[in-house]
Amino acid sequence: MRLRRTRRAAALGATLACASALTACAPASGANTVNLYSAPEENLQQNVDRCNAESGGRYNIVYHKLPRDADGQREQMVRRLAAGDSGMDVLNLDVTWTGEFAEAGWIREWTGQDRADVERGTLQGPLETATWNGKLYAAPKNTNVQLLWYRKDLVPEPPQTWDEMIADAQRLKAEGKPHWISFTGAQYEGVYVHFNTLVQSVGGHVISDDGRTAVVDEGAVRALQALRDFGTAGVTSPSMNNAKEDDARQEFETGQAAFELNWPFVYASMQEKAPELAAKVGWARLPSLQPGVPSKSTIGGANYAVSSYSTKPELSFEAIKCLRNPESQKFSALNDGVPPTIESVYADPEIAAEYPMRDTILEALKDPGVRPVTPAAQNVSTVLSKLLSPIGEIDPQATAERMRTEVQNALESKGVMP
Amino acid sequence: MVEKQDTLPVAKAISEGKKAERKLGWLLCAPAALVMLAVTGYPILYALWLSFQRFDLKYPDQREFVGLDNYVTVLSNGYWWTAFWVTVVVTAVSVVIEFVLGMGLALIMHRALVGRGLVRTVTLIPYGIVTVVAAFSWRYAWTPDTGYLANAITPDGAPLTEHVSALAIVVLAEVWKTTPFMALLLMAGLALVPDDLLKAAAMDGAGAWQRFVKVMLPVMKPAILVALLFRTLDAFRVFDNIVVLTSGAQDTSSVSVLAYNNLIKGLNLGIGSTMSVLIFLAVALIAWVFVKLFGTAAPGSDDEGRR
Repeated sequence: MRLRRTRRAAALGATLACASALTACAPASGANTVNLYSAPEENLQQNVDRCNAESGGRYNIVYHKLPRDADGQREQMVRRLAAGDSGMDVLNLDVTWTGEFAEAGWIREWTGQDRADVERGTLQGPLETATWNGKLYAAPKNTNVQLLWYRKDLVPEPPQTWDEMIADAQRLKAEGKPHWISFTGAQYEGVYVHFNTLVQSVGGHVISDDGRTAVVDEGAVRALQALRDFGTAGVTSPSMNNAKEDDARQEFETGQAAFELNWPFVYASMQEKAPELAAKVGWARLPSLQPGVPSKSTIGGANYAVSSYSTKPELSFEAIKCLRNPESQKFSALNDGVPPTIESVYADPEIAAEYPMRDTILEALKDPGVRPVTPAAQNVSTVLSKLLSPIGEIDPQATAERMRTEVQNALESKGVMP
Repeated sequence: MVEKQDTLPVAKAISEGKKAERKLGWLLCAPAALVMLAVTGYPILYALWLSFQRFDLKYPDQREFVGLDNYVTVLSNGYWWTAFWVTVVVTAVSVVIEFVLGMGLALIMHRALVGRGLVRTVTLIPYGIVTVVAAFSWRYAWTPDTGYLANAITPDGAPLTEHVSALAIVVLAEVWKTTPFMALLLMAGLALVPDDLLKAAAMDGAGAWQRFVKVMLPVMKPAILVALLFRTLDAFRVFDNIVVLTSGAQDTSSVSVLAYNNLIKGLNLGIGSTMSVLIFLAVALIAWVFVKLFGTAAPGSDDEGRR
């Protein structure tokens, strides 16, 4: 009796959810339904459909779209997980959220054969982003690294270091040519990504390797100096301090910039919106701080995890393995432009045709700068982006000193986030 | 005459009837009052309870009672006070400007002879637009290259990336959006001013300014105070304009933005709830000052608010 009532309530709840969300809830929640919550990705549904077909009815993945921006995605999932919502099975997590979700007990550990399946053939950097305390908590779906995009018609060779890049830009400025360096300097995750790349490139640390204590060593100070010098060099657009990825992309597409530090999505956009410009654009690994030592570009991307409150964990693990297998990753790389996490996919001839910069991406991916994995990643990012903004006003020693206290507070969930 | 003789017993009867009526009144509104208590009282008490704890959703095992520690942490923090003063400045400046503009608009709408309906409708358009949508259009307008305002007014700068100009733009967006609301409330107050009174004043030789200051403003006082109270309370909770325009960069966070960041983004229920409680206290204080010191009441109910 009790059970029947609960089931009726659940059915009623599901009907209401369908009606209110105005989504197509066609295959009504069945015993084999795996609810996937993911950022909107144009062609993900096709991977879902293919996996559903391949599963032969064992599972039926239903793709629910989360908000477009990362904060919105995280907030919705966190709110529901904190309330113990069992309606979510598979979660698409930004690479920086693994530690937080794992520590809070919201996602399941990958063990045994499942873990071995995920680790086989997957690049080391992306795998690190899915690991917390030596345990695997997610399966890398796609990865991402920033590259240096430069105008081949203005500079014949890409600059190797930040100093060279700034000098090139200043020379172009003096010659009255397009000279901006498009950069994501707004107070948000993006500015932290640049900072992390610089810190990692000189072997510095902001947070200890176990993710528990704030370090902010000499390498971090060196990175702060580099950012400050860049911010005061007069080679960026006036709105650099408010620019996020898409603003930087648009800025570069206007033709007023000579360089851009951004993710590979800008290439596809350029092909479409400014084909003449795209023909003149080359790519290289991000400039480094020390001559002769290549930069370590910060890894982005997304991982799939299984919710602790899911009632169908086995089906969920199985579904994820299909959603991230080489075939799915190749499809997403070709259709949605997201770089694969499985190395063999890069050697595929079709990828070669669509991804002319794949070798540069792979090279950067094999020597990556992973953001420190910690449960307080979001808090750390908020504190750091506050202290890094505006970059022209960084005072390396004093800023490093403040970082030490405020990052430590953030790690211990003490103090106030700006 | 007959009625006068009956005064005493009738009065007693009325008072008994009134008593019953009052009791019925209480009974009738009790369900609503209980629902109100449940939906507003419970969250407030729960926030208060959370504010006495160290409680971070990321570390569910480390939840503990810490007394007033969170209040010490927040009240001794620079970010909190920066946000607090930003909120106070945005509130004060925007409400003053809105009041002046709103009064002007109300006078125009009140006196408009031709196209009165059109004038009123046009004035209300900004208030009908969703704040976030309006804020996005302001953001684009003030971003160099894509924005007509930035290009026209500061061709070499990016006003949204500087502290003072960014705040000015936030105030401007607030004023643009809520002046119509202010004007509407003030117009209701203007309707309270009897024409005879103004005519009499004019007969006595009072000029337009004197009639406005000595006749209209005093009569409108209850309406003005209500309008100011509503807007001050509202402005103190400024959130969406700031989030869209600057996301709180360059020290432009308001207390609401800060509370949101700590509570929703940071998952720190203890600190976030502490901030919510402090905001609640500030809002309650504003309301108390208006009601007790200025004697704000509903328009038309004279001085009953002052008790």
